[in-house]
Amino acid sequence: MTEIELLSWARGPGLQIATVIFVAGVVIRIFEILMLGRKANLAEAKGSEMLSGLKTVFSRTIPDRSTFKRSSITITAGYIFHLGLFITFFLYTPHILLIKDVIGFGWPALPTPLIDAFAVVTIITLLVVLVNRLSNKSMRFLTGFEDILTWLLTLLPLLTGYLAFHRIGFTAPTLLAMHILSVEVLLIVFPFTKLMHAFTLFLARWYNGAIAGYKGVAS
Amino acid sequence: MKDSSQKETGCKGNAPRGETLGDALRRQGVSRRSFMKYCATAVSMMALPPSMIPLVAEALEKARRPSVIWLSFQECTGCVESLTRAHTGTIESLIFDAVSLDYQHTLQAAAGHQAEAAREAAMEENYGNYLLVVDGSIPLGNPGYSTIAGISNLDMLNDVAKGAAAIIAVGTCSTYGGIPHAKPNPTGAVSVNDIITDKPIVNVPGCPPIPVVITGVLTHFLTFGVLPELDHLGRPVAFYGQSIHDRCYRRPFYDKGLFAESFDDEGAKKGWCLFKLGCKGPTTYNACATTKWNDGTSFPIEAGHPCIGCSEPDFWDGGGFYRALSMPTENIAKTAVYTAAGAAAAGVAMGALNRAKKKAVSKAHIKITIDDLET
Repeated sequence: MTEIELLSWARGPGLQIATVIFVAGVVIRIFEILMLGRKANLAEAKGSEMLSGLKTVFSRTIPDRSTFKRSSITITAGYIFHLGLFITFFLYTPHILLIKDVIGFGWPALPTPLIDAFAVVTIITLLVVLVNRLSNKSMRFLTGFEDILTWLLTLLPLLTGYLAFHRIGFTAPTLLAMHILSVEVLLIVFPFTKLMHAFTLFLARWYNGAIAGYKGVAS
Repeated sequence: MKDSSQKETGCKGNAPRGETLGDALRRQGVSRRSFMKYCATAVSMMALPPSMIPLVAEALEKARRPSVIWLSFQECTGCVESLTRAHTGTIESLIFDAVSLDYQHTLQAAAGHQAEAAREAAMEENYGNYLLVVDGSIPLGNPGYSTIAGISNLDMLNDVAKGAAAIIAVGTCSTYGGIPHAKPNPTGAVSVNDIITDKPIVNVPGCPPIPVVITGVLTHFLTFGVLPELDHLGRPVAFYGQSIHDRCYRRPFYDKGLFAESFDDEGAKKGWCLFKLGCKGPTTYNACATTKWNDGTSFPIEAGHPCIGCSEPDFWDGGGFYRALSMPTENIAKTAVYTAAGAAAAGVAMGALNRAKKKAVSKAHIKITIDDLET
């Protein structure tokens, strides 16, 4: 297989396989969660479930003061790399072209040098996240294989993307193929790991808020 | 070339066999100045130090005209057009005249069995020393798909390759299969290096290749007696060492994120990057952006058209010339929608199964009372 064949495979059949596994995995998991149902709450409702639930989906975005004090590095670095991931993926011209091709519409991109800078910051932050995790005794104790795997699979698209843009190390088609393949591996592993939090996060927040709302307390 | 055909190709006068390249050039009225200019260009193209210019000139002066047999298989003659027509009258074509082109369908005057006799004579006379140039792919599906004088392309290639010093595969068809190899490849077309594995092969891909690149490889062979350094795809590094993107004069626009959105918008008029219009420059290695075409006039991107990646394998099957490199080559939206619909149904079914299981378990649950425990 030549590098161009590999690139064509990654852009075609490879992406198709990854999409099928990703979409099927995410949809099945969400439907299963939704259909678990909840036991009927026999207590009298003291407030609105829906309103409190929706409010919490947004309010939990801001960490409370004591939590922030306890794990300031985790939270700050977490924010930076999530924002970095969002910006590099959703606001870079070639990515928007891909998204537009799939969903039918796009949006303006950020200037390429800015994306480049964000990629560097995000990569560094991901390294900080790992060092922070492993240098803390209790966090290290809680770290399992899946944590390292998801960390690596998040880092790889950024790293290969950076190398592909700056054309470092391999020929351009190989670098581009590696970048696309790294994203495909991420998509395939996504539904079966904690990466699912990108979707379940909103369900969980709503549920927490709804419980508090039903009880008539602040969430 | 036989004497009779030299008139056809515009080659002036007779070209004696033992004549050196220097003699041939002088005979054809090429000045010392333009010869040295060519040597300087060739040296810089091959990324050699300037001190090599006199050495290259000297080697070329003394070079004997090597016999060249040119085989054309499943091809469109575009490669020969590129070499002979676009640069008529230039020093490159004279360099090419200075080899003894003993067999070439399009250019030779002889036809039929006389042409084949010329090929056989050249092979016999120069066995082990002639250069074999091939354009076009070789069909393996059925020998009858492409024949010359009743000989299948495969048989002719095997036969002529045996006595060749080296093979130069010219054009994407002979280097990677080209358009005949494109899906669904009805003739089972393959490249030269799919068949010949025991000879040095230089791949000079392109659809067509740049004339100076073809002559550059010949110059290298005439100067040093060996073939140039090749990359992992068998291409001369001197010409295919850098991508179109890396040498593109529109690169600053790519870096800034300024793209033409269509062929007639403001961006296109301002000469912005053609990535969004499907430019394959980022993944294509060739010398177009530096040597350019038509005597250095321009190259496709300069004319406002995206690079189609013609010097890379399978460029016909890359998902379309006008689809950006970051776009998928398959219909991902359709895949996603069908998968989501199927998965939603599967999710509901699995959820229902889970519920039924839960119900069955709670139904089968036997309540134990204090009385049961006491007994």
